[in-house]
Amino acid sequence: MGVVKLTVDGIAVEVPRNSYVIDAANAAGVKIPTLCYLELHKDKRGDNASCRVCCVEVAGRKNLAPACATPVMEGMDIKTDTDRVINARKMMLELLLSDHNQECLTCEKAGKCGLQDLCYQYEIKESRFGGIMNSFPTDTSNEFYVRDMNKCVNCRRCVMACAHFQCTSALDFASRGFTAHPTPPFDDPINESVCVSCGNCVSVCPTGALLPKNKEKFRTWEVTRTLTTCSYCGVGCQMELLAKEGKVVGVEPVDGASNNNLLCVKGKFGYNFINHPDRLKKPLIRKDGELVESSWDEAYSLIVDKITKTRADFGGDALAGLTSARVTNEENYLFQKMVRAGFGTNNVDHCARL
Amino acid sequence: MTNSIGEVLNSDVVFITGSNTTAGHPVIGARIRQAKERGAKIIVADPRIIDLTSDADVFLQIMPGTNVALYNGMMNVIISEGLQNKAYIEERTEQFDELVKAVSSFTPEKAAEICGVSADDIRAAARLYAQADKGAIFYTMGVTQHTTGTEGVMSLSNLALLCGNIGIESGGVNPLRGQNNVQGACDMGGLPGDFTGYQKVANPDALAKFEKAWGVKLSDKPGLTLCDIVHKAGHGDIKFLYIMGENPMVSDPDLNHVEEALKNTEFLVVQDIFLTETAKLADVVLPAASFAEKEGTFSNTERRVQRVRKAIEAPGKAKADWVILSDLLNRLGIEANYGNPSEIMAEIASLTPSYGGITYERLDQLGSLQWPCPTTDHPGTAYLHKASIARGKGLFKAIEYKPSNELPDSEYPFLLTTGRVLYHYHTRTMTGKVAGLNKLSPESFIEINPVTARNLGIKDGQKVNVSSRRGEISTTAKITRTIKENVVFMPFHFAEGAANVLTNPALDPISKIPEYKVCAVDITPSDRVSDYV
Repeated sequence: MGVVKLTVDGIAVEVPRNSYVIDAANAAGVKIPTLCYLELHKDKRGDNASCRVCCVEVAGRKNLAPACATPVMEGMDIKTDTDRVINARKMMLELLLSDHNQECLTCEKAGKCGLQDLCYQYEIKESRFGGIMNSFPTDTSNEFYVRDMNKCVNCRRCVMACAHFQCTSALDFASRGFTAHPTPPFDDPINESVCVSCGNCVSVCPTGALLPKNKEKFRTWEVTRTLTTCSYCGVGCQMELLAKEGKVVGVEPVDGASNNNLLCVKGKFGYNFINHPDRLKKPLIRKDGELVESSWDEAYSLIVDKITKTRADFGGDALAGLTSARVTNEENYLFQKMVRAGFGTNNVDHCARL
Repeated sequence: MTNSIGEVLNSDVVFITGSNTTAGHPVIGARIRQAKERGAKIIVADPRIIDLTSDADVFLQIMPGTNVALYNGMMNVIISEGLQNKAYIEERTEQFDELVKAVSSFTPEKAAEICGVSADDIRAAARLYAQADKGAIFYTMGVTQHTTGTEGVMSLSNLALLCGNIGIESGGVNPLRGQNNVQGACDMGGLPGDFTGYQKVANPDALAKFEKAWGVKLSDKPGLTLCDIVHKAGHGDIKFLYIMGENPMVSDPDLNHVEEALKNTEFLVVQDIFLTETAKLADVVLPAASFAEKEGTFSNTERRVQRVRKAIEAPGKAKADWVILSDLLNRLGIEANYGNPSEIMAEIASLTPSYGGITYERLDQLGSLQWPCPTTDHPGTAYLHKASIARGKGLFKAIEYKPSNELPDSEYPFLLTTGRVLYHYHTRTMTGKVAGLNKLSPESFIEINPVTARNLGIKDGQKVNVSSRRGEISTTAKITRTIKENVVFMPFHFAEGAANVLTNPALDPISKIPEYKVCAVDITPSDRVSDYV
């Protein structure tokens, strides 16, 4: 493949020939701000490059170049911190802010919003550009998320995720110029489109334009994040569980080998069973035909007595156990160990066939 | 899966058979579509027009239960047109002549008649698959849940071997496992004849190893399978039954029989996170922690072992399953003093060659490891049979097409097949507790072709009674062109209007899998209309 040598802010780096300026900057340890670029989009980056916040100066070129979509060339001299670059970025942010519903005080995205973070970084309190703003109706028709295009920055991430990664193509851009916005066909409500509620658009949205309909209110800094494996199907998607005060309040995808940042509707939004009031909280023992609450000690003693007695009276093969495709490897191991070593039989199976 | 999920992006042809991938395994469905965007050709064979049908270059809407006929027809085309991978067959397989003999008379015309598709489409599918450098097969229960399920899988293996697609990257025969850890439950010895890593209980060396490790005498007699266990529990031969995290009261075939059996079981213990339909019949119910409340590992469909981590505390007095099982093992006199599941994994690794190199430390560092992973310096295995086929040579098996156990007749004139919907998971123990999912898929339904519906005088959204030789249920008609005339489809998720009251418990003689995908039913309209229309 070969490598290309170039400098970023005076730091010499070598990167593979098919890299882009943003990769070279990463290699040099220089952070490039962006609203639209995603690692996920690497194969498609030429198709996106919409926010222009990542612009940089390339020596010998007249115009500023978007770092995410500019291929590296031998001997390039990149500057990311000149006044011209900083002013251009500020201008971009002010233009975006001029048509952005600034509800930051109540917006669930506050603290994890790409636009808010960049305005903070570049010290932008307000936009110089007053005047007309778009006013799109909020679409609450989906069961799991809300679309508020008055907070959209037209980064195209949702369209890219839907069309090229989830491959459902429920969204694309409609209208031209100032009123351009991502939408399902004919500006219909999203629940009338082919949307399958996977929420992958919600996961990539940099602002509050796409937000989950959370049962619990939380701010991003209030939650702990735990990397884990989805408990639904056999794909084994990697995800983070967002927990606040002992409750799971949200799920976000992680770039695992099997899921590459994607989730489905069950993984992304199907977590409310965890904190459901119907969860079993105490052992139950049937007494006079009714299941009544008991202590662990009582339940354990009863089970062990029955095992011991049944085994003594009828032999191990009068006992059996059904283990579970839902629990962990370690638990399946212990279960079959209990049946084989503790019950004295190989009568152990699970629902692999069902 | 012989291969890994991500490899599909570089497959030339993807053959999806008996899998509604975008509903059952949505993220793999998305990745198959990503492969199509990168130029892969798609073949779909399914009794229904599924989502992926719109992506298919060749679509074969076969009758349920005719998989083997289709594959034999495709192989007939491949062999008669000389499209097979001759060098691969010569070098890496054996008994090719047996296959030739078995499929030589199975012309695409003959297959077409059985499958209810056109012979030209079978030819097109066969040529497309055979001419791919890297052809991947994806299948699920549409292939396996038949009395000829094992033979269906063997037949797919024949097809893959014939075209040299086993042991290469982006190829393979890839069953998509349904449950998050069904692969792990099998790997961990949750099978009547196997210890961990498929070491047979009847093998004296394996038996001696586990007896030494666990310090007790063990039985070398393979145990009973699930359906036999439930059956014998009902007849009083099994007197004590312990069910962990399963809901056979919705998932098993012939539910009326299952309910009777579990009620008759002398002592039933159920360990679960909710009071499921099954738990309601128990003598003791133990409250377990959910995946969010414990540490451990799951093994996914591509043999990838990944960590499960604790995010919150379990509710009330509920305990992690591994804690409950350790407590019981100790009380049964088998020492089980594990401080953390990582110590259980260490014991598993010490007894299981394919998991030998898997430790929590490595999983935390690498994110995941795919077995076989025999040693702690082994990187894991992305695809199987690379250097050579595991058994030595790839074995061709002559497979004859056999019809399903119960086919429509004058009394039960319609063929029922079952499956999943996107918005629910298995018996809805979890998804049934999520309001949005229930709203998108509120109740049991039966898909009926418009012509069949008109003949029966049934309107969309009308309640219908569906009966089979096992029982009768009430459900809602969903009239759709995605299903053929006289074939009907029901999802199996719902306890109300449960498809598995109707299904046939006839088993595949080898795998003991029930024939969920084909049974005969009758349908009569009722005067009620669904509440959800």
